[in-house]
Amino acid sequence: MIGPAINFTFDGRCLTARPGQTLAAALLDNGIKLIGRSFKYHRPRGILSAGVEEPNALVTVGSGGRTEPNTRATDLFVYEGMVATSQNRWPTLSSDVGAALQLVSRALPAGFYYKTFFGPPGLWLFYEKFIRRAAGLGPAPTRIDPDQYAQRAAFCDVLVVGGGPAGLLAARDAVRSGKTVILAEQDAVLAPSLLRDPQEIDGQPGSEWAAIVADEVRASGGKVLTRTSASGLWDDQFICLSEKLVEPGQVPENGFTQRYWHVRAGEVVLATGAIERPLTFANNDRPGVMLSQAVRTYVNRFGVVPGKRVVVATTGDDAYLTAQALKAAGAEVVVLDSRAAPAGQDSGLEVHNHAAPLTAIGGKYGVTRLVAEIGGDERSFDCDLIAMSGGFTPVVHLHMQAGGKLDWDEAAQAFVPGTSRWNVRSVGLAAQPSPAEAVGAAGNTKQAFVDFQNDVTVADLDLAWREGYRSVEHLKRYTTLGMATDQGKTSNMAALDRIARREGMAVPEAGLTTFRPPYTPVSLGALAGLATGEHAQPTRRPALYDLHAAKNPIWLNAGYWKRPRAYPLGSESLAQAGLREARAVRSAAGMCDVSTLAKFEVQGPDAVQFLERVCQTTAGKLAVGRGRYTFMAREDGLVFDDGTVWRLGEARYLLTSSTGGASRMETWLSYVRHKLCGDLRVSVVPVQEHYAAIAVAGPNSSAIIATLTKAEAPRHMSVVERTIAETPVLVMAASFSGERAFEVHFDASHAQTVWRAIEAAGCCPYGLEAMELLRIEKGHMVVGPDIDGRLTAEDLGLGRMVNKAGGWIGQSALHRPAFADPLRKQFVGLEALDGGSIPEGSMLVGLAGAEAEGHVTGSGLRVIEGGSIAIGHLKGGQARHGEEMWASSPTRRLKVRVRVTSPHFYDPAGERYRD
Amino acid sequence: MKLIPCPHCGNRAQAEFVYERTADSVVPLDAAPDAAVAALFGRANLRGVEEEVWRHTHGCGSWLLIRRDRVSHALEWVKLIGPEALP
Repeated sequence: MIGPAINFTFDGRCLTARPGQTLAAALLDNGIKLIGRSFKYHRPRGILSAGVEEPNALVTVGSGGRTEPNTRATDLFVYEGMVATSQNRWPTLSSDVGAALQLVSRALPAGFYYKTFFGPPGLWLFYEKFIRRAAGLGPAPTRIDPDQYAQRAAFCDVLVVGGGPAGLLAARDAVRSGKTVILAEQDAVLAPSLLRDPQEIDGQPGSEWAAIVADEVRASGGKVLTRTSASGLWDDQFICLSEKLVEPGQVPENGFTQRYWHVRAGEVVLATGAIERPLTFANNDRPGVMLSQAVRTYVNRFGVVPGKRVVVATTGDDAYLTAQALKAAGAEVVVLDSRAAPAGQDSGLEVHNHAAPLTAIGGKYGVTRLVAEIGGDERSFDCDLIAMSGGFTPVVHLHMQAGGKLDWDEAAQAFVPGTSRWNVRSVGLAAQPSPAEAVGAAGNTKQAFVDFQNDVTVADLDLAWREGYRSVEHLKRYTTLGMATDQGKTSNMAALDRIARREGMAVPEAGLTTFRPPYTPVSLGALAGLATGEHAQPTRRPALYDLHAAKNPIWLNAGYWKRPRAYPLGSESLAQAGLREARAVRSAAGMCDVSTLAKFEVQGPDAVQFLERVCQTTAGKLAVGRGRYTFMAREDGLVFDDGTVWRLGEARYLLTSSTGGASRMETWLSYVRHKLCGDLRVSVVPVQEHYAAIAVAGPNSSAIIATLTKAEAPRHMSVVERTIAETPVLVMAASFSGERAFEVHFDASHAQTVWRAIEAAGCCPYGLEAMELLRIEKGHMVVGPDIDGRLTAEDLGLGRMVNKAGGWIGQSALHRPAFADPLRKQFVGLEALDGGSIPEGSMLVGLAGAEAEGHVTGSGLRVIEGGSIAIGHLKGGQARHGEEMWASSPTRRLKVRVRVTSPHFYDPAGERYRD
Repeated sequence: MKLIPCPHCGNRAQAEFVYERTADSVVPLDAAPDAAVAALFGRANLRGVEEEVWRHTHGCGSWLLIRRDRVSHALEWVKLIGPEALP
């Protein structure tokens, strides 16, 4: 508490804090008790706690891109220039219009959302506008966060969560037995409980002792991290730590605001302590009603006495320390203890036994009176602060996230960690909370809050219970209990107690809801780390990327690949450039980078057997130097990819398949090779990036290839070894455009040389847009829209090409009766009858029909003569050529009359690409 | 995140591995039609210990057969699959 005052603002008011204070402490120090409005009813709320469990005192901190909403004022240390704002109020915190909701609060009872969702249609639409405006927390920032989030991985023998006395002792023991240690403490200081309850350890004042232990850990090579929350714990002691390098909203010096750790530990020690439970009585959510230990923290650690006349209501012994601390600070204190008076003890305090609070009286600026029941009589106490203690709930979140079990501690009326699935143990108050008595709710249940942040009252729990939501998991979802940003840290036990009492069962029988990460909120930026913006996913650049970039193309992200979609000249649009490039292919020659195709070298004496398992076409009948179109089925008989297979040598094949399916195909071939035919003598090597590939297509392509290779061009579906610009190449004659065409494959490191040579020979570069136009007009399918994993080879019109000898994967499943249904979807072509383009993705509907019978998978036009055409899937489509239908896209309000045709619009006899 | 002992690489984080399928849903190449359909669509999906096919995709690429308790995640053993595993 030594140092100059720190300036900050709250709702525009300039205030000062003392060094080391949290925002909550500083606001209390400035006499401010009203911090926010509640989520649903806009009830005035103050500060309940002094830690991360805070449900009420949520603020927005920072400005611009650094704005962080819903930050707990109790978990936020004041820094110079901090800008904090209250939330969920309009126009101001003290005169909040939404507070009128309190008057109609019973319009939003438990299960309100369920009832309106499942009620008459339209009811929710009516309520939604109103509720979205009224209910909520702080708005999300709209600007980009200017700061960066670091990520680190670490390994240690022992990871200790919690830097209190128990955690520090565990860390010291581990270090002394030669282990590497990481200790994480969520507070800004080690052993914050020793600032609340000063005591000597090993003859040292508590905080000095903590510093000595931390030095010992660091000296041994360990790490001691403060402002670091362990957010999740998973199998085999994998733990995530979220470290604040600066406070929320603060400008970091080196650009990094947080550091997110992935730690693998040999053992995890949970010294996570216990969270005090509120008591459940009417208006227990008013500003000025606080948890007892929190009050003691403000008095002893932060030097703030939050009240002059205090009622301490308790079910256990710990609150007596609070009463003594308040008394020592000069406050008037009355203790209400639910238990009988212990024999022969005099605390020197005014204590009433068998006493319980009923109703707090007070408004938005604090409480003024507490009505209590003492031995059956009502009695009223004037007060400006109520400190309550309903016992302690061990922080078992991490233990439970990692699949641990819980035991019931009757004396503490709390769940404590039981067996753990992994090498995880709990120590200190997390394992052994202080004893306390269980007391039920008292006073008007409609104003007795259980979940402060989500505004769930005892009456809400009762209503849900009456409506049949008895299981705690159902009750949680129906009432939203424990589902707020605080995840019910202060509320779950009170709710369980209520359910257990209604059911007439013990609390452990009522069960608990699932504990899920994160323990405290984690910034999305911390999870993303540096993988944001253009680094959010990898970028794959084909070997020819630089040559394309020099032409300033329109790019298409094809998976992770950057591929040119078109190379516009001058002011050409995408459509204009694509059509010009496609026409160049139809009339002369074009070239296209197809390096991203999946490619596999398949070699070995059993290569044919392998290929004839994977491909539905034959491979053994191919002569050396020949290739063919092929397609592959899954085990369920449906085609999932297609490509070409080329026999390069007696026992050497090259298999190509789609770009988009490349990694799936790699996995599949490897699975088949290893799991299904481990005994075959074959090797399958992916060579996608080893070979660059350029397609050369058009009526002039044959002459161009002949000139470049100084040899005769191979005939259709043949492969030859040649050189272009002194680079060895494979020239494969295959067409995806309908024109005479070749694919030139070669070592990717020579990509630019070969490209330049081909371009100089008179080829027009074309991109994916032109490729689409050409292949749709020719009726060639692509993996994705056309080969979508739902059609068989027969459905796709490829039945004639299937290897009659069988043996290919998927054959066994094709006997299922549904595959013989004549109304299966089949591959068809479509022609627009009245002009206008056929909307891609639109539904195919009969002229008089109402039901979709298929859909459009690709839309294009006749490249030379014009006219809209498309391809698609249609029920029983192969027998419906000539039929007229609607291609309808209701969401885009588009409707085009089409005729079903063969998908081969261009040169159906294939005369143009044959020799 | 689980550690999986890859026979080639030792203990590695589960994120490096890809789950393929349970061993009982592997369709052998010579499966009769009924057996193939049963393996594809009728797997047992046990609550308990099962054998599963995994791959160390983001590591050495090995295919693995893993016997795992699907409730507790405990691994009984991990074996290589494929030609490398042949005697």
